[in-house]
Amino acid sequence: MKAVITVTGRDSEGIIAAVSTYCAEHHVNILDISQSVLSEFFAMIMLADIDKVSVPFAAFADGLAALGKARGLDIRAMHEDIFNTMHHI
Amino acid sequence: MLNTADILETIHMIREENLDIRTITMGISLFDCVSEDAGRFAEKIYDKITRTAARLVTVGEEIEKTYGIPIVNKRVSVTPLSLVGGAMTPEGYVRAAHAMQRAAETTGINFIGGFSALVQKGMTVGAKHLIAAIPEALSETELVCSSVNVASTKAGINMDAIREMGETIVKTAHLTADRSSIGCAKLVVFANVPEDNPFMAGAFHGMGEPETVINVGVSGPGVVSSAIARAGDCDLSALAEMIKKTAFKITRVGQLVATEAAQRLGVPFGIVDLSLAPTPAVGDSVAHILEEMGLESCGAHGTTACLAMLNDAVKKGGVMASGHVGGLSGAFIPVSEDAGMIAAVERGALTLEKLEAMTAVCSVGLDMIAIPGDTPVDVICGIIADEISIGVVNTKTTAVRVIPAVGHGVGDTVDFGGLLGRAPVMPLNTYSPAKFIARGGRIPAPIHSLKN
Repeated sequence: MKAVITVTGRDSEGIIAAVSTYCAEHHVNILDISQSVLSEFFAMIMLADIDKVSVPFAAFADGLAALGKARGLDIRAMHEDIFNTMHHI
Repeated sequence: MLNTADILETIHMIREENLDIRTITMGISLFDCVSEDAGRFAEKIYDKITRTAARLVTVGEEIEKTYGIPIVNKRVSVTPLSLVGGAMTPEGYVRAAHAMQRAAETTGINFIGGFSALVQKGMTVGAKHLIAAIPEALSETELVCSSVNVASTKAGINMDAIREMGETIVKTAHLTADRSSIGCAKLVVFANVPEDNPFMAGAFHGMGEPETVINVGVSGPGVVSSAIARAGDCDLSALAEMIKKTAFKITRVGQLVATEAAQRLGVPFGIVDLSLAPTPAVGDSVAHILEEMGLESCGAHGTTACLAMLNDAVKKGGVMASGHVGGLSGAFIPVSEDAGMIAAVERGALTLEKLEAMTAVCSVGLDMIAIPGDTPVDVICGIIADEISIGVVNTKTTAVRVIPAVGHGVGDTVDFGGLLGRAPVMPLNTYSPAKFIARGGRIPAPIHSLKN
């Protein structure tokens, strides 16, 4: 199963490092990553394999959200199917 | 393959435009709970609901986390109680309502519907007793919702039932007078009631339904409103296309959640209800969609046309997105639950008569409307009869959920809290329909040819 991790907010140092460290600690493998910075607004999207995630997915997502909150970022981990069903026929 | 713009669009819909799943509603049959003994009847109802819906809330929360989409309500609908409680006295039904309340508390759900009767052609003793029990049942419980179907296109309109419902609404308002007459917010009078509706207060588990079923209601007025704003000055053909595409996306999420919930709970998937359901939150209003389409205020001339187009486009977009569509499926226009409707009433732009006209082209009816607490029963019956006629003649569902706000008059506002919102008390035409209502009997079913 794959999840899409989105990080949005004001750009600062070490965002990618923090998120990828958190993923590694929870045995989540990052498959793809893209990011853009538009006038200090940071948007990063990661596709991650969550088959081996070490905690329940809900706890993993909550942890990411908390990590983001501490840095003033909005971080969400969502099952990829919500995007697939919404945007693909 | 997913692209960045699509992903960010979904995130934006959830975060900024209030996209959510309004409800996962589990329908549960109570046909095996029949008993002559009121105590046993209540006990069986409690056991069946708590056993069947034990995991509903947990599974709902799991799905919320997995897909990152809020699921605002987890609800249960049961077989109309009058169909399984034929042997009950009114006291027996009140006891059953308490069992439903306890079951709702135990399972952690937000509402439970099905304290209901179907009396479009006439009343059984059981139905009569259930209706007699409604005021007490709704005043003594918090989460139990009640509905009564008084008419259908095939059966005509049961005016005796409408008279009883007028009285029932007034009694319920008085019994809950200390809580803004909130009992009436949990009571709906229907024509052509759907049997698989996941939305409250009108949800029940119909006779042709399976043992248990999962129905899902989507939401998303904010998403539609933003899409229209982004569309700019396009013509109405382009606007309809834009609404269809947006409705498709919203409904696909509903379908995903419904399928997932059904699978995780081991219960068949029933339907997705395509309704645009507003909340009092800013940016979650159907009235604001109509205003975004080009009206100075909801209620202006042109409102009915805008709503007709919106409702049709939502259905066209939604139908393709879901395997099975049902329930009420249309735009809801409750006054108290929609910030834009409240504002339109307060500025004097939206009247009860306009709301009635609007219900001819959308679901569901005169919904969550506060009226003066001293409104005569006959006038309330007249409001119901008018609204129900629109449904019966046009072969559609219509309903009335009015709240006579005891102790309040025009100019006051009553607050129900939460999703039920607040309602400005609306003025009524108080010329009396008393003689018409007192005649009783049935209005015959309408003819289906010679359409004019």
